[in-house]
Amino acid sequence: MQLAPAELLLSLVFAPLLAAIAAVMLGARAGRLLAVMVCLVLAIQLLFLGQRFSADGPFDLALAGIAPPLGIRLALDGLNLLLLWLVTLVYLGTSLHAWASIGAGARGTAFWPPWLLMLSALNGLLLSGDLFTMYIGLEIASLSGISLIALDRKADALRAAMRYLLLAMLGSLVYLLGVAVVYAITGALDFALAGSRLPGGAVTIAALLLMTGGLLLKSAIFPLHGWLPPAHGSAPPPESAVLSALLVKVSLYMLYRIWFWMEVPVAGLVSAGQLLAAMGAGALVYGSIAALRQQQLKYLVAYSTVAQLGYLMLVFALPGAWQGTIYHLLAHGLAKAAMFLAAGNMIWALGSDRLDRLPGLDRHIPASVFAFALAAVSLMGLPPSGGFTAKWLMLTAAWAAQAWVWVLLLLTGSLLTAAYLFRVFALTFAPRSPRRRAQPVRRPHPLMELSALALAMLAIGMGFSGTPLLDVLALPPQLLPGAAPGLPAPLHLTPGAP
Amino acid sequence: MSSPLWQALPLYIVLTSLVTAALIFLAGEQRQKLRIVLNMGGALLKLGLIGILLVAVRSGESFVWRLNLMPGIDLVLKTDGLSLLFSTLSAVLWLLTTVYAIGYLERSPNRARFFGFFSLCVASTMGIAAAGNLFTFFIFYEMLTLATWPLVVHRGTSDARAGGRSYLRYTLPGSGVLLAGMIWLYQLTGQQDFIAGGEVADIVLGNENSLRMIFLLLLIGFGVKAALFPLHGWLPRAMVAPAPVSALLHAVAVVKAGAFGIVRLVYDVFGVELVQVLGMDLMLAVAASITIIYGSLLALRQTNLKRRLAYSTVSQVAYIALGAAVAGPLATIGGLVHLVHQGLMKITLFFCAGNYAEALGIKRIDQLDGVGRAMPWTSAAFTIGALGMIGLPPIAGFISKWFLGTGALAAGMPWVVGVLVASTLLNAGYFLPLLRRIWFSAPPPAWPGGEALSRGARLALVVPAVLTALSALGVGIFAGLAASPLGWVQFIVGNEYQ
Repeated sequence: MQLAPAELLLSLVFAPLLAAIAAVMLGARAGRLLAVMVCLVLAIQLLFLGQRFSADGPFDLALAGIAPPLGIRLALDGLNLLLLWLVTLVYLGTSLHAWASIGAGARGTAFWPPWLLMLSALNGLLLSGDLFTMYIGLEIASLSGISLIALDRKADALRAAMRYLLLAMLGSLVYLLGVAVVYAITGALDFALAGSRLPGGAVTIAALLLMTGGLLLKSAIFPLHGWLPPAHGSAPPPESAVLSALLVKVSLYMLYRIWFWMEVPVAGLVSAGQLLAAMGAGALVYGSIAALRQQQLKYLVAYSTVAQLGYLMLVFALPGAWQGTIYHLLAHGLAKAAMFLAAGNMIWALGSDRLDRLPGLDRHIPASVFAFALAAVSLMGLPPSGGFTAKWLMLTAAWAAQAWVWVLLLLTGSLLTAAYLFRVFALTFAPRSPRRRAQPVRRPHPLMELSALALAMLAIGMGFSGTPLLDVLALPPQLLPGAAPGLPAPLHLTPGAP
Repeated sequence: MSSPLWQALPLYIVLTSLVTAALIFLAGEQRQKLRIVLNMGGALLKLGLIGILLVAVRSGESFVWRLNLMPGIDLVLKTDGLSLLFSTLSAVLWLLTTVYAIGYLERSPNRARFFGFFSLCVASTMGIAAAGNLFTFFIFYEMLTLATWPLVVHRGTSDARAGGRSYLRYTLPGSGVLLAGMIWLYQLTGQQDFIAGGEVADIVLGNENSLRMIFLLLLIGFGVKAALFPLHGWLPRAMVAPAPVSALLHAVAVVKAGAFGIVRLVYDVFGVELVQVLGMDLMLAVAASITIIYGSLLALRQTNLKRRLAYSTVSQVAYIALGAAVAGPLATIGGLVHLVHQGLMKITLFFCAGNYAEALGIKRIDQLDGVGRAMPWTSAAFTIGALGMIGLPPIAGFISKWFLGTGALAAGMPWVVGVLVASTLLNAGYFLPLLRRIWFSAPPPAWPGGEALSRGARLALVVPAVLTALSALGVGIFAGLAASPLGWVQFIVGNEYQ
């Protein structure tokens, strides 16, 4: 059977959407079955798309045959192909976890429809080639996410959801304002087209500032990270996993598309890029230190996300680190999803998320603790793992550009990560106090443990698959030799330099 | 016979321990018989494979196995004389240490975790031995750090966790330094396999200072694990670990991995001649000499038996670095053969120290009075080990010192002989009083403690110690045979200085 790529691309969005509607009508039992089935179907579709991609290279198509600026363009290149795979794999793993941990009861009824809706929105965002469709995808994904955070209707979860809602709304509005300015000047929303029509000057700078600011808030980049830890820390584990692994990443993906694909003709992008990278450096240091001070397991993991997002900003000052940055995005997605699921299992087993309850836990749920450990190896950037491959690529790029500040940050970043993660293991190995010995430990469902383990193994496996994955990953147009000068490479971060 | 499956023999040697580790984790805590079968099966299978390799390499065959990890970076496992020297030593000592550990941990908790990580340590050590380039070496070197930590903190007490913390505080920054040196080297040369005579000879001109810095960075990276002064602080603090782990740290894996790294660095990355041209040989010789004297002086001051042995390791392992620093075949032979000899003698001493603590509760040196009559076999083994460390012929340690001394004279570094003499006097100073207490002092009315061990456990504790002591004696007496460690090292050195 030969499926046309248009149908394949569209069904990536519509299959989960239809499943979401069906889940509303048929109930939770059907919803969870549909969720797992949809993930499997998406994986098969991506296999076909990947084949087509490796044969013919990137391609795009206008919906219903109407080209931009009037129509909507869907595009597939190496970058979003890899991210679509990340979404599918993380969703498959987390859905299997939710199969057991959320289940088909009353919680399931409220869980599965927004869960599937979010998948549809993420896929739509990744495939879309214009600024406004991406906005719609991000909005639907954020709103579904917020309703899932509030799933258990506990006071602190509701508070976190409300805070997230308000800030996410603010972020979207600011972004939308920027898009409106772009549309007013150029009459186009497609980012390649709009970028080519943008004039230089103050208005363009304003539009770029607005879009960037909104997306930074959505991605929780330091110092705009305040909403993330309570939201990711109080959501149900599969939801925390998806929020940390995917949702904050897709808004960064939008930022990459705007910065590297729109080819905005603005002077001063270089110093702006260095400012973004400096924010990333701040995130790395601040997030790690904050993680070190947490007393609750899921908050520790959430602050680790704040820290690790910092690495993803490096590319704005150091375009040569593009491959390493995307590799880090993928590896962190898998490892952090695994870590949230494993942390969820540990909390499930103990009935508490306090770190001082951990002693002796590895005897009761070794598979989950092991999954946590494998994910930690990748997050610390120790070999062999996807995290290490990413660190190696970024370090090589930073060294080649003689960006010594970044070399130092990359090396100490791993040490900081090790500091807060080994704290968890040291506590796990401590002997239980006699008072606690009598407390019962609940065994999680095998699916909950295996899904965490499988995602962690994938993060480790990424340490062996560098060449095929990097082959798929094309350079952005601005970094290709002979491209229009936007961000001259290589740049380096030197404090105080203009 | 050069089929890919036959060529992958070095991989199987790593896998025998890796698979053993996985199976032990899977088998769980309760199935003790199965665990023993797995442990012994893995160890014996590995010895068999190494036997095949020894014969094949001696007859001139070579083995290489490659796996691409990312563009321009391969995982390479290969076999040469040097790698077989290290893997044979580790495989033999692993078998004995496993027997010892089964007896030592007869009734303690968390044995599945212990033996799982124990096997993982040996898998990493085999990888270090077989690594065919610096990158591969680094991967397994890091795995070793990770796999050793759970063993150091195994008991979970606050002392054990403090020891683990200090271990990480040294090794993780150390590996950061190693990584920096590696990135720098790869920027200059690209990927290069280890090769006798060095891999960087053709880029020397104009890069002398870079190369000096790289050598220093890599040396610090390896020096942390090799416990070179002033990077040795973690080793005495790791003494809180159970005795089999001390054996592993001091004789089989960790300290040896660092020393082996220095050997690879000097002979197969830079090459002896280039090290001399850059003037790094004198620096390394001085650093090693300071460590030798300093370690011995501190050993003299310890009142705790295991701590005295730990400082003795600091001193003795530096002999290997000294052998690498002093140019010429004789000193090289002395350094390399000490890799084996120190392992045999030191593991004997640690086995015995563990036996004293288990059977009679002896931990301090002043408790050793008259223990020779209570535990004659253990004390005899201890005596052979201690005399060997001092360098009394015909025990193994004498051979190492003889070649190091004559090598230093031949290379025009007569002061090294002075270091050797001073070290020998100091060795006698901290070992002979122990022997006097063990054999010639009157036993106390009651021993400090200890527990009643089963007959099987007692055998498992004593037999390995006696066997390693006899080996230390045997490799000295039969040093002239081609199959002895000395014979094998002469075969290796013949290739390096052809």
